[in-house]
This record gives sequence, C-alpha cells and structure tokens, in this order.
Amino acid sequence: MSSARKLLVFGGLSLAAWGMLYGLLYAVFVEHQTLDGIGGALATGFTEAASRHTAESQSALTDAAARTYVNVRQVDAHGHWIGLALLLLVLGIAFDRIGFSESVRTWLAAALFLGSILFPLGVLLETWNHGAGPQGVAVVGSALVVVGLCGTACGFARGES
Amino acid sequence: MSVHDNAIAPTDFATPENASERFAPLSARRLLVLGGIALIVCGMILGDIFAAFVLHPNADLIGASLMAATRAVTAGDPQAAGAAVQAIGGYLENRGTKVDAHSHMIGFGYIALLLALLQPYVAFSERRKKLSAKILITGAVLLPVGVFLIHYVGLEGSPFAAIGWASVFADFGGFLVLAVCLFELAGLLKYARLRNEPRVTDELVRDRSWAGRALLTGGTLLVLLGFLHGSYYAGFHLYQNEARDADLLWSMASKAASGDADGAARAVGQYGGLQAAKAVHVAAHAHVIEFGVLAMLLAFFQPYVFLSERWRRIWVWTMLLGSLVLPFFVLMELQWGLLAGGIADIGGLLVIVALFGMFFGILRYTGKLDAAAGAS
Repeated sequence: MSSARKLLVFGGLSLAAWGMLYGLLYAVFVEHQTLDGIGGALATGFTEAASRHTAESQSALTDAAARTYVNVRQVDAHGHWIGLALLLLVLGIAFDRIGFSESVRTWLAAALFLGSILFPLGVLLETWNHGAGPQGVAVVGSALVVVGLCGTACGFARGES
Repeated sequence: MSVHDNAIAPTDFATPENASERFAPLSARRLLVLGGIALIVCGMILGDIFAAFVLHPNADLIGASLMAATRAVTAGDPQAAGAAVQAIGGYLENRGTKVDAHSHMIGFGYIALLLALLQPYVAFSERRKKLSAKILITGAVLLPVGVFLIHYVGLEGSPFAAIGWASVFADFGGFLVLAVCLFELAGLLKYARLRNEPRVTDELVRDRSWAGRALLTGGTLLVLLGFLHGSYYAGFHLYQNEARDADLLWSMASKAASGDADGAARAVGQYGGLQAAKAVHVAAHAHVIEFGVLAMLLAFFQPYVFLSERWRRIWVWTMLLGSLVLPFFVLMELQWGLLAGGIADIGGLLVIVALFGMFFGILRYTGKLDAAAGAS
C-alpha cells in the first residue's frame, strides 16, 4: 500500500473513530442538557416578555441564541469529522487510480487529511473563541479539502499514470 | 477460543481466484455489502417519508405555536406563552430525531460498505470478522431506531434526569459501531505490520469498468460541488443568519409585549422564512455530498452487480441524475415552493430505485455464486 493510501485509509478510520467517540460523549453528557437549556431559555424569554420584564426577556433570548450557537457547532464538528473521514477512506481505496506521480498523490493525501482535521476543529474552536483565529483555522481546513478534492478529480480524469 | 479462531485462512486475503470464498454466504463481506445497502435504502425511504409527510406539517405547527406565544405575550399571559414555546420544543424534537435517524442510518450504511471494501486488508480470522459485521449491523440498526423512538418514549421509566431509555439504547448502538470501527482499525494495523503477507489483488479495487469510472468521477464532482456550496454558505450566510435568528426572536417578544401584534406576526413570518432558508441550504449541502460519497462507494462494487451492460449504464445514470436533482430542487424550494419539493422527492426516489437495482444485481450475483458452489 502506498504512503498516500496508508495516510488516507488509516487517517480516515482514526478520524471516523474520533468523530464517533466525540459524538457519543457529546450525546451522553452534553446534548440533552443543552437542548433542555435552549428550550428553557426560549420559554423564559417569552414568559418574561408576557410579564413585561423586558431586560429578563432579552437576557433569556440572548442565552438561548448563545446555547444554540454552541450546539450547532458541536454537532457540525461531529458530523463533519465523520463525513470527511468516510471521504478519506473512499478516496484512499481508489487513490491508485489517480494519474499523478507518487509525490503529488502524497501531497494531495496530506492536504485532504490535514484539512479534514482542521476544518471541524476550527468550527469547534469557535465555541470557545468568537474571534478570527478559529474561523481562520476552519477556512484553511476547508480550503485544503477543496484543493485536495480538485486535485483528486483532475487525477481521476487523467486516469492511472 | 481455539487457536484456529485467530488463524488467518489463505482465503481471507483476496486473489482473483477466490472470489466465491470471499463473497461466500454469510461471509463478513457479504453481510456488510447487503446490510450496508439495506441500511442506506431504509434510511432514504425514511427520509422521503419524513420530507413528504412530516417536514412541512411540522414547520406549520412550529409557526402556529410561535404565533400563539406572541399572542399570549400581547395578552400578558405568561403561562400560555411558556406553554406555547414548550410545545415548539416537542415539534423540534420530533423533527430532529427523525432527521438524525435518517442520517445515521445512511451514514452507518456507508461505513458498512467501506468496511466491506477493506475486509481483505483486515488481518483477523473470518470468524471474528463475521462477528464484527453482525455487531456493526446490530449497532447500526439500534442507534437510528432508538433515536426515532426518543420522541415517543420520552423519559418514561428512566432513572436519568434528561436521558430516556430510547436514548440509552441509541447510545449503546453508537458504542457498538465505534467498537467495530476500532476493531477494524486494529485489523488493518495488524495487516500493515505483517511481513510475508499474501499480496492483495482484490477484484473490487482492480475493477476499471465504465460504470465504475463514471460513478467515481461523478461522485468526486458531486462531493466537490457540495463542498463549494457549503463554503459559500458558511462564508456569506451562516453568521448573518445566526444573528438574524436571534434578532427576530427578540423582535417577536418585544413587539408582542409592546402591543404591536402585526409587527410580532411579521417577525414570526420572517423567522419561518429564515428557518426554511437555513434548512434548504443545509439539506442541499449534506445531500449532494452524501450522494457523491455513495456514488464513489458503489463504484467499487460493480464486479458484484450481475446486470447487463445496458441496464448497468441505465442505473448509473439514474443514480447520478437523482443525486443531482434532489439537492438542486431542495435549494429551489425557496423560489418554487412545493413543486420543487415534489421534484426533489422524485430525485430521492431515483436514487432509491438505483440502489434497489444494485441490491438485486448483487443478490443475483450471490445466487450465481451459491449455485456454482452447490453444483461443485
């Protein structure tokens, strides 16, 4: 098995296992409590508004938005890690059909693997820091995956070298 | 456990000569291929039923509850406002659990197909691989069924504060799938460390048929399209939509509290439109990538599809056409409404029909293999 295929197959399976473990831990320890918290905050927002407590209502709705922001990113990171891992595995099995030299294949595999780790990681980091840093990590990660996929599509079109 | 349980039989590794042994009845690979396709088909049918009969009525109920909540706020009735919002939680749970059941069933189907491809490279005995395949299928059924039941079982009889029995079984299913993935990873690592191992020349990986190439190229392009669309949405709409979501909720509550019933109703309408916009973008992004990966996966199984070349081409085009029609018309739902939704459902149906065609093609192949084995 070439180094590019090894990277994609072993990297893909490891990333899938990590994504599943993350999702499992999140579902068991965080998700239900988070969803209850979102529902509770929304209900509080409207009941406080009905009682004409404007500040409390606004605070509760802001809290609901903040909890939703975190939940969406947690679920996205879990889903994207596993989805990208499956993509790495599929490409890993077919990578010998790419019409480029072994070194180019290895670079493409490295870009896909690194991008698949970084993109969801950046999304997850946004839950701790709303600054440009985590967004930058996510953008670099997704750009690496897009470049890797473009190269792979070209390689499939060229056929085996 | 005997020594033989751990032994690796020569037929565990693929060579062109041992295809029938490798795809023998109840072999790990056959279980994973047929189980994987069955999971994907069931997941897609569930998704189609959900989209056709649950999605839109559920969205209407959420809108009606939001209107009830704003009316209660205007009337100064905190209990009624709280009850209306709590009802929305139930509708969201109904929708969320069905979407999760649909996507996890399909995702596990993909994992089963992938592991089927990797079986010749997993350096464990066939007996262990067969057991792991059965555990994977069990977990892959348990999780979506458990998730589907969460909305109906709730916290009935549960000793936990926030997690019901359906969630417990779902999480256990997820644990089983995770354990099998780690087992397969260990098998691959063991294979990589083997010296003097037989060279693997699996016919599934060597296949260069027209159908295989078309699915591989089409699948990669679909995934790329989905990624570009996702990047565009994240870059230009995601953060604005999140900010607008919070603004509209506040607008509903504050306008209703100040007696501006029309303003609150307008905010509810805009909120519904925003949720629809978010949902169609996310659904189009997810489906085009999922179908791309599925097309790439199916590309490898062409040697097992016992159909004539003409029928094989027909089902490849059906598969690729459906894979493009569904996400495109899901996106168009915002402009064309239910007409686009109906065409998107037809796209999903095309993919299901293509999958059924492949499923029966593989069943015919297994029948041919089994008949040949029986005759010999």
